[in-house]
Amino acid sequence: MRWIWIDKFTEFTSKTSATAVKNVSLAEEHLHDLYPAFPVVPHSLIVEGMAQTAGILVGEARNFAEKVILAKIGKATFHRLVRPGETIAYAAKIEQLNEIGASIAGTVTVTSPDQPTPQKVADIELMFSHIDQNMSGMAFPEHNFVFTEQFTELLKNYRTGSSVTI
Amino acid sequence: MAFSRDEIYAKVQNVLVDALGVDDDEVTPTATLSGDLGAESIDYLDIVFRLEKAFTADPTKPFKIPRGELFPEDIETLKNDPSFVADGKITPKGTAELKKRMPYADFTEFEKDPTVDAANGLLTVNTVVNYVEAKLKAA
Repeated sequence: MRWIWIDKFTEFTSKTSATAVKNVSLAEEHLHDLYPAFPVVPHSLIVEGMAQTAGILVGEARNFAEKVILAKIGKATFHRLVRPGETIAYAAKIEQLNEIGASIAGTVTVTSPDQPTPQKVADIELMFSHIDQNMSGMAFPEHNFVFTEQFTELLKNYRTGSSVTI
Repeated sequence: MAFSRDEIYAKVQNVLVDALGVDDDEVTPTATLSGDLGAESIDYLDIVFRLEKAFTADPTKPFKIPRGELFPEDIETLKNDPSFVADGKITPKGTAELKKRMPYADFTEFEKDPTVDAANGLLTVNTVVNYVEAKLKAA
């Protein structure tokens, strides 16, 4: 099983930026684990959603040839909670990208049917490493365990099910 | 745009505060990146990215730091080479190699007692400032 915390890309500009959305449902068990009778999306999973959005953006920039690993959360500032019935939008922008890795500036917002104006949830800065190019020269398994065949098949479904091309 | 040494130092200080989550008074000229400021491997890439951004005054002429130029990547490999390290000390051949890889570092203290640990201390805030200053002058 792979934990996927984004439902769909709504914008994807190769090597530049991507936005993915996630609809939050009260049926998701993890919403109930943080505070009794007050379901919210844990901040850690919001960071994970941004990491997945940005990680795919960084991976696509090199045709998914690199093993892209979240290496550092430079900043994660939260402004508001996310509740069931809301739609999270993860907007990731590549600040810098080279052969060793990438830095990302991300903004998280939410909307809902009764609140269509986006409200800011968080500002998140992330660093990704192309781990085969790591500075310490450490060796990793040859097969790409990040962008597996199963995962790239799933991305094709994103492509067919969406107006956005990845 | 030309930056003075003080301006370069202030920008480097900001970069290190942001990248390493340290206080600005911890970033002194002689503070070592790994020992005093706690930099780990991915932090060096973070610092390179932030320096490139901080010193790019004109987007058409980006300030670029080639891989391995500021932070040599094969120092660990050198430390395992018996011709460079013997009895916990860096040999004269090893020191010559380090000087070649890190021309912006101050070797004065290191050469008094060239231990492997002392080699880790060559990468100081001043080393980074020296590198940026030389790089900007050459541009």
